[in-house]
Amino acid sequence: MNNLLSIHTVRFIVLILLQVLVFNNINFMGYINPYVYVLFIALFPVKNNRLTFLFLSFLLGLSIDIFMDSGGINAAAALLTAYARPIILKFSFGAIYEHQAVKFNNIDFGQRVTYILLLVLIHHLTYFLLEIFNVSKIIFVLQNTLFSGIFTIILCILITYIFSSKSK
Amino acid sequence: MQQIVNFILKNKAFLFFLLLFGIAIGLTIQSHNYHKSKFINSANSITGGVYNTSNSVTSYFGLKEENEKLQKENTYLKSLLYNQQDPTNTFVDTTLFQKKYKFTSAKIIKNSYNLQNNYLTINKGVNDSIKQDLGVVSTNGIIGIVDNTNSSYATVISILNTTNKISGQLKNSNHFGTLSWNGQSPDYIQLTDIQKNAVVSKGDTIITSGRSAIFPKGILVGAIEDHQLDATKNYFEINIKLFNDMTNLEHVNIIENKDKPLIDDLLNTNE
Repeated sequence: MNNLLSIHTVRFIVLILLQVLVFNNINFMGYINPYVYVLFIALFPVKNNRLTFLFLSFLLGLSIDIFMDSGGINAAAALLTAYARPIILKFSFGAIYEHQAVKFNNIDFGQRVTYILLLVLIHHLTYFLLEIFNVSKIIFVLQNTLFSGIFTIILCILITYIFSSKSK
Repeated sequence: MQQIVNFILKNKAFLFFLLLFGIAIGLTIQSHNYHKSKFINSANSITGGVYNTSNSVTSYFGLKEENEKLQKENTYLKSLLYNQQDPTNTFVDTTLFQKKYKFTSAKIIKNSYNLQNNYLTINKGVNDSIKQDLGVVSTNGIIGIVDNTNSSYATVISILNTTNKISGQLKNSNHFGTLSWNGQSPDYIQLTDIQKNAVVSKGDTIITSGRSAIFPKGILVGAIEDHQLDATKNYFEINIKLFNDMTNLEHVNIIENKDKPLIDDLLNTNE
């Protein structure tokens, strides 16, 4: 349990620093950046205290907001993603989730992609809606969501594969 | 009463979610107002420290270009120095004794240009007498306006910020308008409210007008790329290509107008 706690603490801090120092400076094609810190929400244990999970996600988003001078955009997006996660878990894993036995290291590729795709979609849509904050630029919002989303999904899947433990 | 307590207990996750979401949206709305992002900004010791460390590493990558820029600036300053009027003149103009503008140099430790409301962070703060509403410029022209400060860091509202409004004018006439950004390309900003009888042509230089007491008159902004009349058919909307490459900045100067309190006082008594 202690070990698990320290893993998540380290992941929390490392993801914030990575996001702020590396991923926010990629600016692919001028403005496309991945928001990889969603991984923290994706990899949080399924068996959890709902309130702690919501609060940690909020804190994660807020920390990134403080670095990016962006108000509460990341906090809102991360919170909404965390709140919607049980529904997404149920949708992507079905029966395994009902038995509370989801292990991220040994689920198959298709399910993993669906799961991350849905999380990233919700996160990015909220993020860009709040960031651009203008209904008349809805096309711009969708365009950003699409491009950044593809980037984030690819990176998230790569990272989960690289850092997943080999033992099954 | 019992039912209310039961309701709260049953929906505590949802209520907690609503509370936090409300806070986040509140902060977001606040950040879309000019000068209102008081709590969430990167001018504090933790974020400032992280950006400072990261900058101390990455600043080596741009040394060559920075040296070229400094060289250019040196040349310019030397040309000013040697073109001065005769120093042997014994007449001393005492009105020039206290200078109107004070310059402080600073380094940008965090730059962003891909959001709608972009902020920069610089490594000078209250200890270097940096205050809110001072202008920030680089060798090539205007950068932004100081927003929040703490003891040793400050955030700067970039000109690439949709809430920013700065007074600008044409260099070859005195027609003035408002500089703002439409949130699209970091290479271009827009000048609106220029009277349609002004002579506007591609390539003309735009400078700051000095009407706001933040920037002195004549700070370079950019060159006109294209222009058209707005919906009312009375004013020009002008697209300006910035002289500054906002994606590649390092050394900046902060301008303090010593007369600003006097001008502000005067404006407040008029209201």
